[in-house]
Amino acid sequence: MRDFRRSLFLAVLGIFLGAITLLFSFEKAVAQEKVLKIGQLGVMSGPAASWGLVNKYCIQAAAEMFNEEGGVEIDGEKYKIEFVSIDDKMDPKLAVSGMERLVYQEKIKYIIGPNVDTTAASVVPVIEAAGAINIAYAFSKALYSPPHSNSILGMIASYQAGPVIYKYLKENKGVKSISFIARNDSDPLNQRDEGVEAAKKLGLNIISSTDTYEPGTTDFFPVMSKVVKGNPDLIVLSGVAPADAPLLIKAARELGYKGLLSTETAQDIKILNEVAGKYAEGFISVGGASTPEIQSDYMKKFVERYKKVAGEWNDEAGTKVYALQMIIYTLQKAGKAALTDVEAFKKAIPEVKVRNPFLKEERILKYVGTAYFGQPRQIGVPMIVNEVRNGKFETLFIGSVED
Amino acid sequence: MSQMIINGMVLGMIYALIALGLTLIFSIMNVVNFAHGQMYMLGGFVVYYLYGVYQLNYFLALIAAALALAVIGIIFEKFFFRRVIRLAKREENTMLLAMGTALLLENLALFSFGEKQRGVPPVVTGVYEIGGGYLPAGRALVFFVALFLVIGLLLFVQYTRPGRAMRALAQDKEATYLQGVDINQISALGFAIGAALAGLAGGLLITIFAINAGSGTAVSTKAFTMIMIGGAGVVSGAILGGFVLGFCEAIGYETLPGSTTYLIIFIALILFLIVRPQGIMGRPQG
Repeated sequence: MRDFRRSLFLAVLGIFLGAITLLFSFEKAVAQEKVLKIGQLGVMSGPAASWGLVNKYCIQAAAEMFNEEGGVEIDGEKYKIEFVSIDDKMDPKLAVSGMERLVYQEKIKYIIGPNVDTTAASVVPVIEAAGAINIAYAFSKALYSPPHSNSILGMIASYQAGPVIYKYLKENKGVKSISFIARNDSDPLNQRDEGVEAAKKLGLNIISSTDTYEPGTTDFFPVMSKVVKGNPDLIVLSGVAPADAPLLIKAARELGYKGLLSTETAQDIKILNEVAGKYAEGFISVGGASTPEIQSDYMKKFVERYKKVAGEWNDEAGTKVYALQMIIYTLQKAGKAALTDVEAFKKAIPEVKVRNPFLKEERILKYVGTAYFGQPRQIGVPMIVNEVRNGKFETLFIGSVED
Repeated sequence: MSQMIINGMVLGMIYALIALGLTLIFSIMNVVNFAHGQMYMLGGFVVYYLYGVYQLNYFLALIAAALALAVIGIIFEKFFFRRVIRLAKREENTMLLAMGTALLLENLALFSFGEKQRGVPPVVTGVYEIGGGYLPAGRALVFFVALFLVIGLLLFVQYTRPGRAMRALAQDKEATYLQGVDINQISALGFAIGAALAGLAGGLLITIFAINAGSGTAVSTKAFTMIMIGGAGVVSGAILGGFVLGFCEAIGYETLPGSTTYLIIFIALILFLIVRPQGIMGRPQG
């Protein structure tokens, strides 16, 4: 009996010690697991919430996919991706405090966002002082031009897409006259001005370019009445938010407008169909890797994962899927040193040239923008121009930004 | 010109419907309901799901939106505002509470319904040409339903017993109480009707405008502008304020560069309030 008790005691002690050892080794393994922390700062509430939320969902979906494969490999070591997300409510003050939290408190070096000129400009001093890099979705050239070098444009700018779209429409659809309408806000107004310049260079007759609407407008009938009256061949919705585009299209068509409508910003087909219905037919916009006919198998997998994360697909994500992927490609090129030193990251930027993983056809993905900013500070997202046909986006043509 | 008049009429009627609910709650409870726009947005979402997604009859969906928002209004009045009004010594407390409820509803909507703009299939199709101006059938429907609701509310407030009690409560709370009126019940009814009107406006306007979780703030701002013009707490003032703002927008967008329309509207509003701070139909303070 005594032996039995002794054996029982030893067995329990053994199990206990074994469990403790296992627990410690597990903790050690967890502690040894390397982490690449990514920040995301953008507008995630209010009417423009979709801009920042799409960024967030893209990072979440891509991070899940990378982590399931064991993480991303940098200099032979695997890193799991974690991300911290902050809503700046499109307010420069909140953008600055959010960025300070990301770079100083969370010690993050690579941040995706913000989404508009005002917030993107406000965080530049913070990222420069902290030695961080951000991929912004604002079009102001000053953000990406010397002396600044820590911000990278994550998408095609309106002044890049506009001339290409107008030229295509002039040559293929006989467009001779053009009108612009923009939200009375810094980003869309800048985009309109750039669009007007591009149209002038192409020799198009500008019928009107001063019509604007206030942020938060829901009834576009009064403002569109005036634009439609000029009966231009093309009405450009400058810098239009996905929430406003279908309402502007609907108002124009209900007022009897028969010409073309286009924008240089990314839109979502579900929103266009739900709100504008049949009136969205023929609407031209810029997308990323949205249309199914051009997607690679990897992009299709990403779309499925995005749906799980966000509940439904958003075509804006076709453009925003590139940011995290390019950060990883650049870190892989630059090596481990770039995890803590963004100068190494910057040095590697011109060397990054990979096959675009999101497109079926073979295309090179690299940094571009030297022609616009004097340095490569733009992700070379392909310029995919879509047209709505039978309630779906169909690719009109694929262009690219000059190096 | 005819397009300007059509735009002004439709906008005015829509704005009047939005402003009515806000002014009703203010007149009865002296509460500036900052969540009015968010209630409008929720009404739109009720119709989106019932009519747009589950394909229920549109008018049943509209009634459901009104009922759902009336219930939310009663809950807000009974559990939030009644207690704060009873305990608080300063008016700012109800304002802060109203702002809190607005943020609560907006964030709940963003969490529950997502970030996307939502729209529904048109209830009626076609476009009428009236004197050279265009009036889509959807807008005509909204105009007439809104007109029906405004007239219905005016008749209710003027000729029914609860309506008279609401008017009495707006004029003198103590005298109304001394006449044996159940103040709590009438306050809850007023809040329910105000919220239901916001829900009806959202449910009605989603057919032509669409909504998203963040669309409430802009609606609230315009509603406040309207009741400042017309006179806070006066039903007829809200209707007048709605039409004044509607026509100002229609004329401004037609005749002025777009960016100056609201600039001029706000300058005019400031000058007007300096001369007549109580609005067109409002009573002077004190």
